[in-house]
Amino acid sequence: MEALLHRKIFRKNPVLGYMHMSLAFGWFLLIVVGHLETMIAEHSLFVPFHKAVFFRYYEGFDEFFLSGLFSFLMDFLLLFVLSGLMFAIVKRFRKKLFGLRRTTHLKSGDKIALTSLWLIFPLRLLAESTSAAVYHNGGFLTSGVGAAIDFIGNPAIFYYPLWMAYSLSLGFFFVALPNSRYMHIPTEVVFIFLRVAGIRLKKQNDSYTDVQVFSCSRCGICLDKCQLSVAGIDDSQSVYLLKNIRNKNLSDEKLFNCLMCGRCQVDCPVGIETIELRTVQRIESTREYNSSYDYLIQEVATKADVVYFAGCMTHLTPRVISSMKKIFATAEEDVWFMDEVKAPCCGRPLMLAGQYEAARKLIENNSRMILDSGAHTLVVSCPICYKVFKEDYKLPDVEVVFHAQYIYDLIHSGKLSVDTSNQRMVYHDPCELGRGMGMYETPRKLLGRIGEVVHMKDEKEYAFCCGGSLGNLKISEDKRKLLRDQALVTYEGFSPDILVTACPKCKKTFAAGRKLKVFDLAEIVAGAICVDSLSKEKEILEKQEADCYAVEGL
Amino acid sequence: MSQFDFLQPKSRQIEIEQFDDRILTYVLEREQSFLTCISCGGCTATCSAGNLTSFNVRKIGLSLRRGNINDLSDEVQKCMFCGKCTLVCPRDINIRNVVLLIKKGIAQLETEKTL
Ligand code: SF4
Ligand code: SF4
Ligand code: SF4
Ligand code: SF4
Ligand code: SF4
Repeated sequence: MEALLHRKIFRKNPVLGYMHMSLAFGWFLLIVVGHLETMIAEHSLFVPFHKAVFFRYYEGFDEFFLSGLFSFLMDFLLLFVLSGLMFAIVKRFRKKLFGLRRTTHLKSGDKIALTSLWLIFPLRLLAESTSAAVYHNGGFLTSGVGAAIDFIGNPAIFYYPLWMAYSLSLGFFFVALPNSRYMHIPTEVVFIFLRVAGIRLKKQNDSYTDVQVFSCSRCGICLDKCQLSVAGIDDSQSVYLLKNIRNKNLSDEKLFNCLMCGRCQVDCPVGIETIELRTVQRIESTREYNSSYDYLIQEVATKADVVYFAGCMTHLTPRVISSMKKIFATAEEDVWFMDEVKAPCCGRPLMLAGQYEAARKLIENNSRMILDSGAHTLVVSCPICYKVFKEDYKLPDVEVVFHAQYIYDLIHSGKLSVDTSNQRMVYHDPCELGRGMGMYETPRKLLGRIGEVVHMKDEKEYAFCCGGSLGNLKISEDKRKLLRDQALVTYEGFSPDILVTACPKCKKTFAAGRKLKVFDLAEIVAGAICVDSLSKEKEILEKQEADCYAVEGL
Repeated sequence: MSQFDFLQPKSRQIEIEQFDDRILTYVLEREQSFLTCISCGGCTATCSAGNLTSFNVRKIGLSLRRGNINDLSDEVQKCMFCGKCTLVCPRDINIRNVVLLIKKGIAQLETEKTL
């Protein structure tokens, strides 16, 4: 049912939704109702398929049970489909009217299929109308048009040619179908079925990837969402990725020219896993040159309750690290800062590059360290790390917590108290945290305790990418700046006091941009810690100092 | 006098006849930003992999320019793709792509002996 109705398109763009529904659902009903009608007319449960489709051709002028009602219904459905078709034709030539900036390019197979699809229903209308004029068996629409044909000339002359043309266009459509975008009609049904059955993509090409690839209808909705076009990149978006996989001519330049931001996945009406599909292709493409990292050695772990892994990116934003340290100290947590001096990367950037086997090596090394520490909690302050720790590390008895959640819990349990201010903040959802991990509310709740978080149109799953994404290995820095400015200009429109994010990479990217001041939420919290709790921190520091003196015998 | 020749060490010599620029051309065709590298070493200083082992990204650029494919293929394996290098690079060079291209280029050389 979902394949025919596509409620997702409706929500996003009602006109487009109506177009798809009237074409797909209308046609489906035409077939079903037509079949019923034939069954009743023939008094038989089994009627040959062609008889149902070309019923008006065979029917002649017999009256049968409910024939009037059926004529009306069939005409109504035909009108329904035709109205959708009209929208579709207008859309092809006037895409702006539909709020679409871009529509996909067609190849010749598509053009044949598209033309025959466009012709099927008008021809059906004309053919059925001539029948109506000859046999007087039409409903409100076909009789009307039939009368008009009758007026122009003798309907009997048009009768055979029109039915012939109608059946030809139908034939053409089904012949062109496997080689065109309309292949999604049969494939999508299979796809939705498999998805509901709980089948998921694995890390390699298999028949399920094929099903997804062929389910894409090339509607171009993903194209419209993709920020890359702001930077003039118009050939690597999901719809083209899928097309290139189908045609087996995917180049590395296109495969790796994607931010992996997930904006396209949110609105895909078919629910194609664009990111995962691309990841699978990247894994396949780089399979032969995975690194072994045999230089990694097992460092000694320190025992602690909590392990803090800052990650490569956080190391380039030292203020985030010092804020986290301040928070840990104030809350008197027993923390081991695992990668304070050195540690391998978390493995997520390798995964984004498709180097899955290589990433596993880093994951094994890090996992052993974390487990050796005996900690019950692992805190990370970078969403890129968070995603890989949560999804790909096997850490029994260790809870992986993102710093936003961790800090929120500290405040909630009274270990940390913060002052409020009347700062207006815009919160930028990092892709890896938001669309990647589905965490939208926790950072907002946390920031809401300190200041006011401004609501925006493009937030949560519709948030922009900062442009700095590690997922894209091809884009130039200049083009990244265009993406960054698209987000920044939008945020500046809300004239906030500051911009807050939860990703060190976003922070770095935005900080290099225009004048808006950017902070990580850890910095905001560290800056808002109450003086009460601060004095606690001071006590600890003094105690530590005293300990030092004691050790040195002073 | 020949002892004072500054071209004495092997590492400073390039044999023009044997100069293998296949990987270099492969990379430059696909990542022009690499042309502007000034060998400042900023990338090496921040490198996550360089922190753990004797790995020097800047030297990868050097080996690449010198056509030292044997050195390259071992060295380039050590990169972790973390992306810190690009963030500190004063010339905005897309170093991860350079590394990816070298890896791909060498793999293709090995399998097909052509590029
Ligand atoms: S991937 Fe989804 S949104 Fe993009 S063209 Fe295909 S069906 Fe449409
Ligand atoms: S993941 Fe982002 S960058 Fe890649 S195609 Fe989708 S919208 Fe575009
Ligand atoms: S840096 Fe942040 S916003 Fe940008 S792509 Fe990465 S997670 Fe998304
Ligand atoms: S930081 Fe950039 S310019 Fe400096 S050596 Fe590295 S790549 Fe070259
Ligand atoms: S991406 Fe590779 S070369 Fe660059 S800093 Fe990370 S490990 Fe070093």
